[in-house]
Amino acid sequence: MISDLFSMTVLVGILASGIRLATPYLYAGIGETFSQRSGVLNLGVEGQMLLGAFAAFYVALTTENLWLGVLAAIVVGGLMGLAMAFVTINLQAEQGISGIGFYLFGLGLSDLLFQKMLGTVETVKGFPKVHIPILSDIPVIGEIFFRQNVLVYIAFALVPLAWFLLNKTTLGLKIKAVGENPEAADSLGVSVIRVRYFTVILGGVLSGVAGASLSIALLNVFQQNLTSGLGFIAVALVYFGAWRPWGVLGGALLFSLVNSLQLWVQVLGIPIPSDIAVMMPYILTILVLVLAVSRVRPPSALTKIFEREE
Amino acid sequence: MSNHNSERWFAKLIDTALPILATIAALLVGAVMLLLLKVNPIEAYRAMWEGAFGSQNALAETLVKATPLLLVGLGICISFRGDVINIGGVGQMIVGALAGTVVGLTLVDWPGWAVIPIALLVGFIGGALWGGIPGVLKAYFNVNEILSTVMMNAIAVQLMNFMLRGPMIDPSQAELASKIPQTARLLETFRLPRWVPTRLHLGALIAVVLAVLVYILLWRTTWGYRIRAVGQNPDASRYAGIKVKRYVVLALVLSGAFAGLAGVMQVYGVNYRMITDGSASGFTGSAGFNGIVAALFGQLHPIGTIPASILFGALLVGANKMQRVVQVPSALITALNGLVVVFVVSSEIWRRRRQKKRLAIATAEVEGSDEDFPPDPDNEPEVLA
Repeated sequence: MISDLFSMTVLVGILASGIRLATPYLYAGIGETFSQRSGVLNLGVEGQMLLGAFAAFYVALTTENLWLGVLAAIVVGGLMGLAMAFVTINLQAEQGISGIGFYLFGLGLSDLLFQKMLGTVETVKGFPKVHIPILSDIPVIGEIFFRQNVLVYIAFALVPLAWFLLNKTTLGLKIKAVGENPEAADSLGVSVIRVRYFTVILGGVLSGVAGASLSIALLNVFQQNLTSGLGFIAVALVYFGAWRPWGVLGGALLFSLVNSLQLWVQVLGIPIPSDIAVMMPYILTILVLVLAVSRVRPPSALTKIFEREE
Repeated sequence: MSNHNSERWFAKLIDTALPILATIAALLVGAVMLLLLKVNPIEAYRAMWEGAFGSQNALAETLVKATPLLLVGLGICISFRGDVINIGGVGQMIVGALAGTVVGLTLVDWPGWAVIPIALLVGFIGGALWGGIPGVLKAYFNVNEILSTVMMNAIAVQLMNFMLRGPMIDPSQAELASKIPQTARLLETFRLPRWVPTRLHLGALIAVVLAVLVYILLWRTTWGYRIRAVGQNPDASRYAGIKVKRYVVLALVLSGAFAGLAGVMQVYGVNYRMITDGSASGFTGSAGFNGIVAALFGQLHPIGTIPASILFGALLVGANKMQRVVQVPSALITALNGLVVVFVVSSEIWRRRRQKKRLAIATAEVEGSDEDFPPDPDNEPEVLA
């Protein structure tokens, strides 16, 4: 049965679902990349995703408009980001710990709203697959890359966009300056506070969309703790990707391809205990981190409080 | 001088009051949420109070819930003081419980007085190992501990599912079609003594004793001094001759060990077996995260973590009663716990502002000796050399 793994259809299936599974990690990971590059560790990603996922699902279910659902996730994620920004920037609260607070808040609130407003697990008709003309007809490649839903395409488009923003624009320069040496940036007239507000809210928005990509594009359901640790993995992938959008893409793809592989292994009935198979992406991520990232250092001002000398 | 003293006393009072104010603020937000859900908040909170403290049994349940929070929280006090953010409490609890349960299921011919301490010790060690892996990865391979502890949580949950479905499954379940993923029950002689008729077990007392020991460890021993010194200023510690990497590992090892003990105590004190619903919170009851909340609330002080754990134990137990009486999902309390954390860390700004002011005054008076950090006696020669 192991040989089944190497048939063309299965390989294409593994790759296609790997691409799809990378979507939420990309949104959340790119968002987290921005906030960490500016010096703010947002550990509340999971909570933002859960609330975003619920908002998107609820709005999509009641209005039958998926884009309104995405908009709801953007608003909810943005508000969570705003709160996180206020607490960590103005009130100078310890970032990692406030993030855990926001995670618990999102976990509890999304569960509460789910039980009170939905009651049972319902399904929604999520974003359909969009076949990109011509490209989707290319054998193998078309099937893997160009027959996905629209949120998948946007997620992958975000990577070069984020790279461009960080490396080729003034705003990106400011973000990096604020994350490396806020005092120097401040003395050059860059508003540390404004830049960090921008990145943390952007992070919240993208985490919200990451949640939406789960609840109305990939799984098309909402239930308690829908994300089950996915947001924390996304944060981990930022470290993995060494704070670079392309690195995050690499991490997200590696993680989700291995995940996809283990899912297919189970589908094909290959005799590996499923619990052990599920461990694989996590173990692999740790191993790669040990081998690769140890040489890259995080943004210098990450998690450090910035206080303007008067 | 007396004016100075009374000012300090007042400042201490505010420090103690801040977490309480933060809780009240969170409960007020909760009241608004309850109103939005068209529930009378007074009625809901009264149900919570009764559920947590209303009877002997309620109080005992609160303490049963508080015990793992305190143990995990003690570990958090150690690691966070060492500036190591251990969010792997879930995994460390699970591995500690698995290891300790193996003892009870294997040494069936042994007397209880031998098996219980061995099992607790093995659980302690199991958690220490699971915490030690991210410790070594952080110290020697520069892998961020937040990331690795999260991964280790996920791995531990799968390990538990695998063990309870396979090698450790209850033999009677293995024959049934249902195959509930659980271990056999522990022998009656292997169970921690209980204060009948409640479920309050000896573990609660052990946890309180350990809180005192952790206090002594952190403030009265060289190890503790060095863990805290590394946490406050790793560079200065390195110059002072402290082997920083070693103390990073130690902080995570100890932190994991206490979580592991929390896990094994759930088995030997409360459930008498391990059972999984496949999720991370199923076995741990979210103690992995709520223990962090309790420790922060106790201002990362082992003794302060005792009342903090009782408070959050009460919230958790009370939430169940509230759910039954006014039909508000207990998830509300999870959300409020999150708010408490956010409020508590936000309120830290007052303390920091004041400390800064005090430091400025102290520097002006040229008596800036930091009383928290007398010179490390073991290291002085190295500094001189």
